[in-house]
Amino acid sequence: MLMLNLPALQVVLPLIAAPICLLLRRSDWAWLWATIVTWCCLGIAICLLSKVLSTGAISYPIGDWAAPIGIEYKIDLLSAFLLVIVSSIGAVVLPYAHASVSSEIPEARIYLFYTMYLLCLCGLLGIAVTGDAFNLFVFLEISSLSSYVLISMGRYRRSLTAAYRYLIMGTVGATFYIIGVGMMYMMTGTLNMSDLANRIPAVEDTRTIQVAIAFIVVGLSLKLAIFPLHMWLPNAYTFAPSVVTVFLAATATKVAVYALLRMIFTVFGGDPLFVIGEILMILSVAAMFVGSLVAIYQTNIKRMLAYSSIAQIGYMVLGISFITTTGLAGGIIHLFNHALVKGALFMAVGGMFFRIASVRLDDMAGIGKRIPITTGCFVVAGLGLIGVPLTAGFISKWYLVSAALEKDMWLIAVLILVSSLLAVIYIWRVVEVAYFRAPPKRAAVMSEPPLSMLIPLFILTGASIYFGIDASRTIDIAMAAANFLMTGVAQ
Amino acid sequence: MSAETLIYACLSVPLVGAAFIVLAGSYPNLREAVTLCTAGFLFLCVAHLVPTVASGFRPSITLLEMLPGLSIAFTIEPLGMIFACVASFLWIVTSIYAIGYMRGHHEVNQTKFYFFFAISIAAAIGVAFAGNMLTLFIFYEVLTLCTFPLVTHHGTDETKKAGRIYLGILIGTSIGFQLFAIVWTYVLTGTLDFTEGGILAGKADGPIITILLLLFMFGVGKAALMPFHRWLPAAMVAPTPVSALLHAVAVVKAGVFTVIKVIVYLFGLETLNGSDGSLYLAIIAGATLLISAVIAFRKDNLKARLAYSTISQLSYIVLGAAMATGAGIVGASMHIVMHATAKITLFFCAGAILVASHKTEISQLDGIGRRMPITMGCFLIGCLGIIGIPPAGGALSKWYLMMGTAESDHLIFMFVWMGSSLLSAGYLLPIVLRAFYSGSKTKASVQSKGGGTGIQEAPALCLIGICTASVLTIGAFFIADDLAGFLSPIAGM
Repeated sequence: MLMLNLPALQVVLPLIAAPICLLLRRSDWAWLWATIVTWCCLGIAICLLSKVLSTGAISYPIGDWAAPIGIEYKIDLLSAFLLVIVSSIGAVVLPYAHASVSSEIPEARIYLFYTMYLLCLCGLLGIAVTGDAFNLFVFLEISSLSSYVLISMGRYRRSLTAAYRYLIMGTVGATFYIIGVGMMYMMTGTLNMSDLANRIPAVEDTRTIQVAIAFIVVGLSLKLAIFPLHMWLPNAYTFAPSVVTVFLAATATKVAVYALLRMIFTVFGGDPLFVIGEILMILSVAAMFVGSLVAIYQTNIKRMLAYSSIAQIGYMVLGISFITTTGLAGGIIHLFNHALVKGALFMAVGGMFFRIASVRLDDMAGIGKRIPITTGCFVVAGLGLIGVPLTAGFISKWYLVSAALEKDMWLIAVLILVSSLLAVIYIWRVVEVAYFRAPPKRAAVMSEPPLSMLIPLFILTGASIYFGIDASRTIDIAMAAANFLMTGVAQ
Repeated sequence: MSAETLIYACLSVPLVGAAFIVLAGSYPNLREAVTLCTAGFLFLCVAHLVPTVASGFRPSITLLEMLPGLSIAFTIEPLGMIFACVASFLWIVTSIYAIGYMRGHHEVNQTKFYFFFAISIAAAIGVAFAGNMLTLFIFYEVLTLCTFPLVTHHGTDETKKAGRIYLGILIGTSIGFQLFAIVWTYVLTGTLDFTEGGILAGKADGPIITILLLLFMFGVGKAALMPFHRWLPAAMVAPTPVSALLHAVAVVKAGVFTVIKVIVYLFGLETLNGSDGSLYLAIIAGATLLISAVIAFRKDNLKARLAYSTISQLSYIVLGAAMATGAGIVGASMHIVMHATAKITLFFCAGAILVASHKTEISQLDGIGRRMPITMGCFLIGCLGIIGIPPAGGALSKWYLMMGTAESDHLIFMFVWMGSSLLSAGYLLPIVLRAFYSGSKTKASVQSKGGGTGIQEAPALCLIGICTASVLTIGAFFIADDLAGFLSPIAGM
């Protein structure tokens, strides 16, 4: 019974847990409750993935209303994989959050933080689970609204403007998306994704559907911050509390990439895909270079990593834009690898912030000798971002370059490698300051951040190495998911 | 122990040693003892494998499957065996020398030094035993990264700049060109295993072979082909033992080793002979060889001159391999050994001079031979090895290299070999002459740092290292025949 209802539980559990968290009030209790819930979510996600791996895609009608009328939750390999990514990041972040949040957010508001965290998790998981285009919008809004609140909880005054800016852009994106869904509903009379996929080819050539596709792609591109629609992201990541940055950077944009994949491959498929692919390819290459180049000139490490995220999103979208199995697998595997790597990097920066209360590069002087473990993790994860062999980033790069060469796109392959060299520059700037510049004279002796922050950092850093050495399993999943998506393209 | 177990042992011994070095960090004597024991044990393991490989068996293991169809795997063939022997044996010699040098020169952070040294050796062994190009590339990059802390050991602004050049060129070329070439090869052939006769045969036509070859050769930045050679002089800011073992043996030899591996096992000699690629490569290598020898003349800093000499000598090996003939490949492989022993001797001497008299420039060396006769005597032996004069081993590898050229279609390159001998004699022998004959012969002119006069050599441990290395330089002459016999299977002779 419980096993059968897992798809619903995946979303309902954090949704119900959030108001309870609100009632708990005490910050420690709220933290404990949120931790238990997220770890349960992780358990559910792993169950779902193993179930999908053994028996294939799961279809779950909400309230037993059959698909076209009721809402259908549909979990295939890709969504199950994403569920595991999101919920494991969510679960690993919470032990880290305890010390970090209490140092960055006033005691009286901490329970609100965990409430919003659970809601955000619920929204992100919901996007992955649902098989209904309108329902996806609902979860998109749940996750977005809660993330605006989370960002605004930062300790800077600018956190508020950053959240506000994200709110404006995010709302425009969501509105675009719902306009597109409305038009599709008008033409086909259904909101169920697989139903849409069946009915759209008949009306594919109408102007309405074309406009709908445009609205949906642009709307989702805003959410996933693809260049040039990325302007909300740097400030949001920079001024949010450390924990929120870790969580959003590792999950939110990934989920948006998933939503885009779902819409363009599962729902549209066919001819429009190739047009979208060409546009996305140009934008993603631009993102790779603009993001990395701007990152090189940042003096605030969080902002630097935020721009690096824009470049990395470029890689994911580039993989998608090839519209080949290898390319898609590269994009999907990079989605996973980047979640680990960027999560670890922001965690390390959060750990430094915990000790020196600054994320400015100049204040990092000599930090490699003052808190060697945290800085060491930063360097290792940074190598993953560059894509050095034996790190997760290498696997992504390997598949992306292969995909480009398979399509005889030499230039793109070269651009991928060159842009990854830009990452060497911005990571190495931090390394040089951290290890070669003497710490300020008045600097007090300091210890590493508490173990509750270090262990999650170790987990993510270790995972970014592990999945760079033994990637067969994740690659198998990504390949299978890519194959499945490509079946929708086969003419 | 079976050969497979020995491979695991060879790869893990330096890593385990590194862990113990850190644990013993606060007790310098214990720490150095651990280093020596690890080095000795590693060499025993490596040496144990030699008879197996000589009998024609190619032991191999697969560590794990990294990507579907691509594994981290190790296979031992004669070339890798030789490289591993050289690296592991010279690690023992260097460790002895390093103890004397690091203490005599009062270096800081010695535990960090010994730790990264051990890791670097592990990476070099990984490169030597790699069974496919992916594995080789992985350890190649690891070697770059774990030698970075050694190059920047002093932590000054100068080392920071040098570190930038070092990392920038090595990472830049390896990711920009080499990785590109590797993925391209994989897309073309569907495998990256080192296979006798090459995997690219019949899979690509002329122009693509040429482009791939150049991508690989420039991608192996560690082979220091111009214009990607600047990292090697930059790396000379490191403590001398690092320059000696890593930048005369492990790192640069990993580069030329990769070059030979790629040419023999990925392209195959026949494929290469049928394309223009080998000629272009030979021209680039020949140019690098001559130009860097000329630059060496102009360097007054002893280590800088030796660095440019290394660049020149590395191009010997690339040029020999580019001839794509049996004798050329054997000569190139032999030269890995011959140059390693000779150049490490020279670097040891340079370090000894620094420790004993704090002199780094050649113009300051007037009459130093009278104060450090053993050191400068060994220096002379090293010079003979580099120039290629019997009884140093360098003479015989050069013999094979010239034979390889004679067999090939590119006879013009015979002139390069001749010119190179003259040039290397020209930039090395004046140092010896200056040390022994220049300056006033009165004792006052050779005042030592403490104001005393007379013989003042470097610490005894340094001297042991120097003498061992110079004995090896000469000894290599006598094993050269066996070496050629051992290596001939890879060249199909």
